[in-house]
Amino acid sequence: MQRGSVSILVERCKGCGFCVEFCPTKVLALSSAFNSKGYHPPHMVKPEKCSGCDLCGMYCPDFAIYGWKVTASGS
Amino acid sequence: MEADPRGVLTGVHFIDGDHACCEGALAAGARFAAGYPITPSTEVVERFASRIPTIGGTFIQMEDELASSIAILGAVWGGAKAFTVTSGPGFSLMMEHIGYAAMTETPCVFVNVQRGGPSTGLPTLPAQADMMQARWGSHGDYEIIALCPNSPQECFDLMIEAFNFSEQYRTPVMFMMDEVVGHMTEKVVIPAPDRIRLYPRRHTRKAPGELNLYEPEEDLVPAMAHAGEGYRFHVTGLTHDERGYPAMNARAQDRLIGRLQEKIRRAAESLALFEEEAVEEADVVVISYGITSRVAQRAIDMARESGLRVGKFRLKTVWPFPDAHIRRLAAGARALVVPELNRGQIVREVERAAAGAARVVGVPHAGGSVHRPERILEAIREAAA
Amino acid sequence: MSEVLTPVNPVEPFLRAERMPHIWCPGCGIGTTVNSFARALIESKVDLDRVAIVSGIGCTGRVAGYLKLDSFHTTHGRAIPFATGLKLANPALQVVVYSGDGDLFAIGGNHLIHAARRNIDLKVICVNNLIYAMTGGQTAPTTPGAAITTTAPYGVYEPAFNLPALAEAAGASYVARWTTFHVRQMARSMQEVFAKKGFCFIEVLSPCPTLYQRRNKMGDGLDAMKFYKEHSRTRNGAPTGEVGLTRDGEIVVGKFVDRDRPEFRDLMRDRFTHQLGDRYVDDAEMAEHPHCGGEDGA
Repeated sequence: MQRGSVSILVERCKGCGFCVEFCPTKVLALSSAFNSKGYHPPHMVKPEKCSGCDLCGMYCPDFAIYGWKVTASGS
Repeated sequence: MEADPRGVLTGVHFIDGDHACCEGALAAGARFAAGYPITPSTEVVERFASRIPTIGGTFIQMEDELASSIAILGAVWGGAKAFTVTSGPGFSLMMEHIGYAAMTETPCVFVNVQRGGPSTGLPTLPAQADMMQARWGSHGDYEIIALCPNSPQECFDLMIEAFNFSEQYRTPVMFMMDEVVGHMTEKVVIPAPDRIRLYPRRHTRKAPGELNLYEPEEDLVPAMAHAGEGYRFHVTGLTHDERGYPAMNARAQDRLIGRLQEKIRRAAESLALFEEEAVEEADVVVISYGITSRVAQRAIDMARESGLRVGKFRLKTVWPFPDAHIRRLAAGARALVVPELNRGQIVREVERAAAGAARVVGVPHAGGSVHRPERILEAIREAAA
Repeated sequence: MSEVLTPVNPVEPFLRAERMPHIWCPGCGIGTTVNSFARALIESKVDLDRVAIVSGIGCTGRVAGYLKLDSFHTTHGRAIPFATGLKLANPALQVVVYSGDGDLFAIGGNHLIHAARRNIDLKVICVNNLIYAMTGGQTAPTTPGAAITTTAPYGVYEPAFNLPALAEAAGASYVARWTTFHVRQMARSMQEVFAKKGFCFIEVLSPCPTLYQRRNKMGDGLDAMKFYKEHSRTRNGAPTGEVGLTRDGEIVVGKFVDRDRPEFRDLMRDRFTHQLGDRYVDDAEMAEHPHCGGEDGA
């Protein structure tokens, strides 16, 4: 069960790779796709491993990614 | 609004121009001053340091004039009325922040008790040689307001005007004293607080979220807010748009600089404070300002005794330069005589404004003392001939 | 079914979104420090309407323009004296000076040491990228020996400042250093200084891939971050005299100084009360600047 996820603002990304490098569970990789400025934004390659810790969000110098926790609800 | 009674030392005093200047600032509501010691201006802040703890406010002696001249701007955005005081070399160091104050439309007063220069020059002796620096000293294109008192009483009175102009037009105002006026002791009458009219801070009536910090009102002056009130505004010395955000292009530059100049230019007539006497029937009008006007008075009296028809025009507002009044004088008189304690600064403005309608005769003096009245008399005679 | 508990980026409420994207280069660390600062604002529960940001000039000087707080982009080197006036005029404000190493320690160095001496209640965050970046990569007072800059094309030979040692010697109440790798520790320090009275100084070492690293063959922003990870050693309480930086050596990080010295306004109040007794009027206790007049005063 996925515990967290990330949101990515593709157009803000400048492709520095901080989020990919320092994700504790290696959820992310830089995409082969480009944004309109020509940078490769990250995408989730192992979404099931995301804990939603938001360390990617703390590292991102472009405010382009952030993590959040998901919980089961509706009980 | 009326003056805050706590700052007004109502009564008759026998004090010098520096002390009177300080009392003018206090009466005008200045509650923050930052300064750095420099002769012959230091007495202004010395008095402020002694007076302010029992009135409520702050004096801070900063580490240099660069610091003093921007600490006051911080204080203004924190909600205070503020001023700094200096002389020649310190004035040179403050130039960048006069530009910053003009660009960010921060109301404040810079006092310069002029001494001989350039460089260290004559620390204890007078000059009026910073008049063009007051006008043009900071880089870039801007308009400025500068007032020039010629007595301790006027150091008090005009200081209140200086603050009022700065608040009304949201611009730094230069208060151009000189060593003699600063150190001259005379009677100074300080009126009751309810006789002192102050122009209040142009604080916005808009709620946070609705305010564009640099959206001008009808007279081209925007209303401001203070830090800590919830507006979450941005202030920058960069060329900016009406939101206050950097906008670095020719169009934004034209719009902003045009407005900063125009808000003062279109008010030139109401900003023009002066004193004139017998100019209509005069063959020669003596145009002077500050301490030199008092020496000129003696020369004018002597010239009149010898039968010459001499008028007097004294600039209290030097910037913006009262072109219209000089044009009027030039249309009626044969010659305009301009004594000043420099080698020719305001005389050029008079020449420009007179535009050939009258002869313009300068009476230069490098500073260090005042003119001899005979020297000015000689120029009047020569001009009348 | 799942629901989102953190639906927006925690930094987003603090940004002027209409000004994004910012001007900082890919791999620059300044934005990362802003993330930590945003977390510190959240965690410290400080009243955001009472926070003012003051920046000088340079890359870090642009922080003020991106933060949705009362913010001032002042002149080069003079953020601290501006902040001094702001704080003294309105003591209720939390005044944060957010600027770069060149701005705070070269052109503004005199102001920094005097503000620290006075122990005025300012929180100074210095993003140290070891170079003048905005102007194209000139030598800063922090540039380590032998590094190549545009104004030291054969390598820097001037000694560099040790910023924590300088801040401590001048009188700072709180001194810490982190790198942009240490996002959580940095956020904690930033949070701590909001609760600390007096002059607080946090140095954050930050990558400058474009103007510092490229010319020195030090890779990109990510390489700098990896270098910080591998070469940093946390030594809380380390004597600041031992934490000077070199081009390729160890980076000592941590909280070095956390001491109590009387703050400027307290000193002022004590002195005036001692000398003047009841005659002293503490303007911090007055209604906010009644002498200024409001909108209805004319």
